[in-house]
Amino acid sequence: MKNLLMATAATALMAGAAFAGGHAKEVKLGVMVGFTGPIESLAEPIAKAAELAMAEVTASGMLLDSATVTPLRADTGCIDNGAATSGAERLIAEGVNGIVGGDCSGVTGAILQNVAIPNGMVMISPSATSPGLSTVDDKDLFFRTAPSDAREGQVMAEVLQDRGIDSIALTYTNNDYGKGLADAIKNSFEAVGGTVTIVTSHEDGKGDYSAEVGALASAGGDLLVVAGYLDQGGLGIIQAALDAGAWDTFGLPGGMIGDSLPANVGPDLNGSFGQIAGSEGDGLDKLKALTTEFDISSPYAPEAYDAAALFMFAMQKADSTDPAEYGQYIMEMANAPGELIYPGELAKGLEIIKNGGDIDYVGGSAVELIGPGESAGTYREIEVQDGQNVTVRMR
Amino acid sequence: MDFLNAFIALSNFVLIPAISYGSQLALGALGVTLIYGILRFSNFAHGDTMAFGAMSTILFTWLFQSWGISFGVLPTALLALPFGIACTIGLLLATDRVVYRFYRAQKVKPVILVIVAMGIMFIYNGLVRFIVGPGDQRFFDGARFIIKARDFKAATGLSEGLSFKTTQGITIVTAIIVVAALFWFLNRTRTGKSMRAYSDNEDLALLSGINPERVVLYTWMIVAGLATIAGVLYGLDKGFKPFTYFQLLLPIFASAIVGGLGNPLGAIAGGFVIAFSEVGITYAWKKVATYVLPESMAPDSLLQLLSTDYKFAVSFVILLIVLLFRPTGIFQGKAV
Repeated sequence: MKNLLMATAATALMAGAAFAGGHAKEVKLGVMVGFTGPIESLAEPIAKAAELAMAEVTASGMLLDSATVTPLRADTGCIDNGAATSGAERLIAEGVNGIVGGDCSGVTGAILQNVAIPNGMVMISPSATSPGLSTVDDKDLFFRTAPSDAREGQVMAEVLQDRGIDSIALTYTNNDYGKGLADAIKNSFEAVGGTVTIVTSHEDGKGDYSAEVGALASAGGDLLVVAGYLDQGGLGIIQAALDAGAWDTFGLPGGMIGDSLPANVGPDLNGSFGQIAGSEGDGLDKLKALTTEFDISSPYAPEAYDAAALFMFAMQKADSTDPAEYGQYIMEMANAPGELIYPGELAKGLEIIKNGGDIDYVGGSAVELIGPGESAGTYREIEVQDGQNVTVRMR
Repeated sequence: MDFLNAFIALSNFVLIPAISYGSQLALGALGVTLIYGILRFSNFAHGDTMAFGAMSTILFTWLFQSWGISFGVLPTALLALPFGIACTIGLLLATDRVVYRFYRAQKVKPVILVIVAMGIMFIYNGLVRFIVGPGDQRFFDGARFIIKARDFKAATGLSEGLSFKTTQGITIVTAIIVVAALFWFLNRTRTGKSMRAYSDNEDLALLSGINPERVVLYTWMIVAGLATIAGVLYGLDKGFKPFTYFQLLLPIFASAIVGGLGNPLGAIAGGFVIAFSEVGITYAWKKVATYVLPESMAPDSLLQLLSTDYKFAVSFVILLIVLLFRPTGIFQGKAV
């Protein structure tokens, strides 16, 4: 009953917002991140980055009729679908014009299904990477500035192919992330003609992984790909594989890239390689120059800045804050043709749009939306050299 | 057919890991079985006693490392071991004084002592986490390998590598020394004999003038030693994390029960039975089979009976089978 009331109220508000059209003096953007829960340490920079973009636009006075952009925060808990859904409903009730979020893939799917689609609200997630979100029937309401793990699978397959690897053994951490990523790597690698000798899961937090490594070693393969966490079972697997002399080099997806891995494993890890989502270059440098108050290069914070920016560009283009009207322009704003827009140049972008020009927003994460509205994703190819993670090229 | 490579692969992935794991389980099971035989209850706190022993040894290891003391190619933890054992003895004797002695004086039923032991288990559990935290701790130093797989391949020209870790070597050697010393103590010394007498028949032992409090004291001291050594060896070999010691409780009890509760020889045999079953049943035999069988019969599948996720289930199943068909265990211990 409460839901129904909320939904009714929300619909009424939405209608109100629609009538106001492009002449609203205030634009409200929801920021839905897991301020509590497993990624709470990442949540604060993500939210602040999104709010930074909003403050930049408000200060410029270029959006619509010099509208102010107000962020409204709500917590997803990262893994708490109930809290995330009610948080999103509250935002709708407060009359937001778009939602930056959610963060973790599970809650993002829940918000999309339960709140965004029924209310026709547009969401841009900075950090949900599950391949499952690519195939959801999202009524063109869901976008993400983070790449899908399916894309990481393709990149990994390319990296392996370029390095002349014909067969791999694959082990993943036994959860949705690990399983999704392992499936993506397996499918992509087999599509380019590689052989996957075995796919097994491992549990995190065990003392001993020699049995797992024994099974993997029996299956063989040129290389062992470990789709796990670098402080958890992934480290244990690599250690056990080195101890048993089963493999000398390892394939390391994003969850395994970090300074602690080479430090813990030691020189035996040299020569192992992998990739992690991330960008470098002009966009990120310009973003970093914007603020020193928090670490804006923290994981998924550049993506959050870009998500907020895309909302505001699309609103400018549609001359409307109604999701039904501006939603169709989001992809266009991120992609060519048009003038390249970098972080800190949001006002310039808004002006170009106002004068009828085209922009190609680059942003902090070199955003390029493909397929069902998700980031094409740039990846850094990492190789461990002398105990350091070295970026050897971008993909 | 290539029996040499098959044997090396088998040694590398099954024999050596199972023997060292079996030694660790045997040492743990000896502690459980001594308590059961002499104090007459199942000490569920044993896994966490091991964790406490390993933790105190780790703290002393760090202290020695900060002083710059090392033990050459051997891990510094071996030097810290006596101090760790002393701490554990202190903890167990204090627990006995405060808790178990009260229940002993009441002559409570064993089942009540089991519940008490579970309470103690949770307290130790919290104590270890409180002092050292729930995360992984690394305290291994010294040379990592006796034989390194890469060097072995280069030296022998075989396609299979054999690796033999220092910790595995230390585990096996220490286990042999400790077991020999324990049996010498139980069979040859006056105190050992009085402990066995007390275990066989409490009333008769009391009548012949054996002081029960002394027997209890010595039992706890020996158990503390065994638990700390087992805990440190496991920690050196596989890394220290409080939760894994809690999980070890199952295979340790399975070992003690399979061998026959209260029978030290059985505890050792049980430890190796459990270790070889766990490793053997979850190992993928494809590689070994490919070497041994003629080429036409080479297997396509992994030949893995159970996924490695079910490792702990193996001890459970063995435990069930033994309890159903031979409740006194292989070596005729006391009925459970």
